[in-house]
Amino acid sequence: MKLVNPLTAIFHPPPTPGVLAVFGHLDAAVEAIGKLRQAGHTDFTVYSPLPRHEIEGALEQPVSPVRMFTLIGGIAGCAVGAWLTLYMSYDWPVVVGGKPVGSIPPYVVIMFEMTILFGALSTILGIAFNALFAARRQGTIAYDPRFTNDKFGIFVPAEATRAAQVESLLRGAGAEEVRRA
Amino acid sequence: MAETPSPSSRVSYDFVTRAIARTLGNPGKGYFALLAAAVALLGVGIVCLLFLLRYGLGLAGYSHPVYWAVYITCFVFWVGIAHSGTLISAILFLFRSGWRTAVYRTAEAMTVFAVMTAGLFPLIHIGRQWYFYWLIPYPNERGLWPNFKSPLIWDEFAIGTYFTVSTVFLIMGLIPDIAAVRDVATGWRKKLYAITALGWRGTNEQWRHYSRGYLYLAALATPLVLSVHSVVSWDFAMAIVPGWHATLFAPYFVAGAIYSGVAMVITLLVPIRKLFHLEDLITPAHFENLAKLCLLTGLIVSYSYCTENFTAWFSGNPHERAAFWYRAFGPFWWASWTMNICNGLLPWLLWSKKVRTSILGLFVISIFVNVGMWFERYVIIVVSLAGEPFERFANATYNPTWADWGIMAGSFGWFFMWFLLFVKNFPAVSISEVKEVLPAPKRAKAMR
Repeated sequence: MKLVNPLTAIFHPPPTPGVLAVFGHLDAAVEAIGKLRQAGHTDFTVYSPLPRHEIEGALEQPVSPVRMFTLIGGIAGCAVGAWLTLYMSYDWPVVVGGKPVGSIPPYVVIMFEMTILFGALSTILGIAFNALFAARRQGTIAYDPRFTNDKFGIFVPAEATRAAQVESLLRGAGAEEVRRA
Repeated sequence: MAETPSPSSRVSYDFVTRAIARTLGNPGKGYFALLAAAVALLGVGIVCLLFLLRYGLGLAGYSHPVYWAVYITCFVFWVGIAHSGTLISAILFLFRSGWRTAVYRTAEAMTVFAVMTAGLFPLIHIGRQWYFYWLIPYPNERGLWPNFKSPLIWDEFAIGTYFTVSTVFLIMGLIPDIAAVRDVATGWRKKLYAITALGWRGTNEQWRHYSRGYLYLAALATPLVLSVHSVVSWDFAMAIVPGWHATLFAPYFVAGAIYSGVAMVITLLVPIRKLFHLEDLITPAHFENLAKLCLLTGLIVSYSYCTENFTAWFSGNPHERAAFWYRAFGPFWWASWTMNICNGLLPWLLWSKKVRTSILGLFVISIFVNVGMWFERYVIIVVSLAGEPFERFANATYNPTWADWGIMAGSFGWFFMWFLLFVKNFPAVSISEVKEVLPAPKRAKAMR
């Protein structure tokens, strides 16, 4: 009997059926996004070689939650900086230069640097968490290597019964190439 | 500054991808000659460092009261070099400056490698290099913690943060470009870039989080870069040595850092533009903008020199006055005048558009600026210590030794080696960001 490898299910999930369209022109891709949204599609994916405000505008996505990661990371960093300097000063109090054992002004420098450090690292975590783990989920959908070069693309997940309708919609918007995946 | 150089009409999205992917191919003999020279210099540095480890800091020519000399000079020099990279990649990003896209990757890589180089010098300078971990905040065997009132500890936190943040910023920017290169590469390179692209496909979800995160990283890097050289300047300004103890130091150092860094960007861009045939992407207009940046910061530096001397005179403090007199007319007069001529006078040539658009001319000026900025740090550090009025009987005759020069040469080798390896193996110009300043392909109006 052949055993099922559980890792295969995680790392090589079966491809999502759907329609992939390749666009050579930005305005054609934007038009297609508008038409898809009018037709009630919500879970399609847009590929682009660079971020464009036209695409963002057409998709009307909410602001990325990465900003919460930055904010929380920054506040945590500032707190760690304050704790680090004050705890270490009072753990073995030594008077330096006749100044108070815990002098806030010089410690602001450490607090500032820790704010930046933690803020930046948690921003990276936020991007990785949101964008790259999302990419794994999206690994099952069709892709074309030209999408990082000079073409825009739209993938619409659709069962075989609805695919023809989506295909004609994408062609009508000006897709150069449409194929089923 | 706001002027965006218009790329030539044959520059399309596809052209950009191909032109930059081509830089990863065989770079030719010139490249390998430069790389060999860099590795040879590094070899010289390593040999000198081994001697220093074996025989101790006596080899560095330190003599009372000059105990901070070439290594600290090199440390400040290399940290300074790093700064313009973050200026171009983060500050000009926040200002939405279009021309930065073609040059920022090079500048940012320069930042990371310059900080890597700078970080070596405090370790070399401490003498017992094997105790470097004492810098890390943990208590020693008597339960004593580091002194957070010391600017040297601030510096460690500032440089550590700067290195970490500029590295992640560089890597973040690289991800979409590595993906673009992955999609046109073949063979083992395709595998390498497939792994390092971390699954990037340019989907709307990825761009949504990425663009937002990149914005915040730039916003965090901007105050960071200003803080780092300020903290470096406080290593000196917090001490009472005349010539160091000035409130001017933080802005003065930051301007000087950006000045030297922009010069280094020009020094690096000229050969790699030629070696990798990037003339269509990095145009004379980019160089002109860099030259303007150099002129601006150079003028701020010159103004700081004037202010520094004026403050010394106007303070009425005899020690302060003596220190500045010693600088200009003491035994180290040659160092101060090299600094004044290279940093104060030469940038005036950049008022001329002819000079700003001459690539060879800019290359030569940039090298002189680098020399001048190295001497600026030498003058501030060594000459202020040598002329210290508190040490009447010290009568210093400090001169750098072969070990100092060898290790300094090694640091250049180390820096150029990393830089050359980077530009050969990763996209040295941002692919996705250069496309942002190109007109997007749209259907002709008649077809609508």
